[in-house]
Amino acid sequence: MKSAKEILMAIQSALPGAQVEVVLNPSPSGQHSLRIDPASALAVAVFLREDSELALDYCSNATGVDWPDKEVAEKVKVAKVVEGVEQVVEETIKHVEPGYLEAVYHLFSMKKGPVNEPGPVVLRMRTVNRTDQVKLPSLTPVWRSVEFQEREIFDLFGIVFTGHPDLRRILMWDEFEDHPMRRDYVDPDDYEYEPTPHDEVLKRAEEQKAKAAEVTQ
Amino acid sequence: MGSGIGAAMAVKPDLKIELGKQGVFVTTISDLYNWGRKNSVWPMQFGLACCAIEMIATTMARYDLARFGAEVFRPSPRQADLMIISGTVTKKMAPQVVRLYNQMAEPKYVIAMGACAISGGPFKQGYNVLKGIDRYIPVDVHIPGCPPRPEALIHAFMTLQAKIDEQPLTGSERPRHLDAEAQGEFPIPVQGAHDLEPPVNRLVWPLPAPAVIGTDAENCG
Repeated sequence: MKSAKEILMAIQSALPGAQVEVVLNPSPSGQHSLRIDPASALAVAVFLREDSELALDYCSNATGVDWPDKEVAEKVKVAKVVEGVEQVVEETIKHVEPGYLEAVYHLFSMKKGPVNEPGPVVLRMRTVNRTDQVKLPSLTPVWRSVEFQEREIFDLFGIVFTGHPDLRRILMWDEFEDHPMRRDYVDPDDYEYEPTPHDEVLKRAEEQKAKAAEVTQ
Repeated sequence: MGSGIGAAMAVKPDLKIELGKQGVFVTTISDLYNWGRKNSVWPMQFGLACCAIEMIATTMARYDLARFGAEVFRPSPRQADLMIISGTVTKKMAPQVVRLYNQMAEPKYVIAMGACAISGGPFKQGYNVLKGIDRYIPVDVHIPGCPPRPEALIHAFMTLQAKIDEQPLTGSERPRHLDAEAQGEFPIPVQGAHDLEPPVNRLVWPLPAPAVIGTDAENCG
């Protein structure tokens, strides 16, 4: 089994134009992944499948990740004139890092078998933002097994896969507009009756009760 | 036994036995009618999730629901009068469940089988599961459990039969099919942009009654 870095080298030597980078996983598992550029994703995917050494012919899993906008506080040392004396002062600068959506694919090799080639090769693709530029190329033409899973990502995260043969919602109905697995999804308030409310549900049930009491008064 | 005219007209059991010893069979129309109704409840072939497997097991040789007159599961709502909602009702499926219920002929009954069907169960806090089918259609018997054993379904079936047997044929307690004013068709929810519309049918799901909530809040201080 090649490590993520070795696979990166192989891709770069075969496809010089492709932009690929290794996303390190700092946890003990060290399951590093390859972040591929949407523009060259299809070419990279075909290479990974067709390459005789890698032969990643099976995509077992595709899923989405939502990375919302996050505020980053950075400490910067700035030279400042304080009371006539020039000093180096530490200042915190806050800026918002724009969020994005991510599609993650887990690849295995059936040809090489689980003994020779254990563990998944993880591919990632990122959209530009979370609102309007959410298009990614579909990898269904390369791995047929991800057809339903890309539909699920489309349904729950809102990533639009171009080149998908049948991109429809799969869990929610067609008229539904939200994407339930996004971090900012607010689900409908239907906890008005709770025999044994607790935790989050207790909070919501009490809000409901207060609202109902207001209406009756 | 029930209330009103039906109960008043019922034959006393002791008298019935005494007359039976003399070779006289005495009964009432209501007894006969309910006896026929309760012993010919035909369920619809309709399952949604794991509970459906238990429901199927209930009809198989070991548990044999056929002993109760619930013989073959009917493949069409037109031939069935019992809907066993066995499994998770998702919000995508809910309109179809209500539509099938509407298509059944009166008199019709509903058993909500399992935690999902009665409340959403382990998926209650999910985004796509209905928090109990009794929000849209009237349920006669609820079975808790995840999934309930076949014995529980048989018990629910016997409970339903007892309920049918006790129903008086006249008066305010009479079954819906004998009440010309009663609502027989239930509104099918529309799949909206954020949730089912309406989220509940207040006619069958009046909980929580606002007045009760007010007093609850006062009691809790």
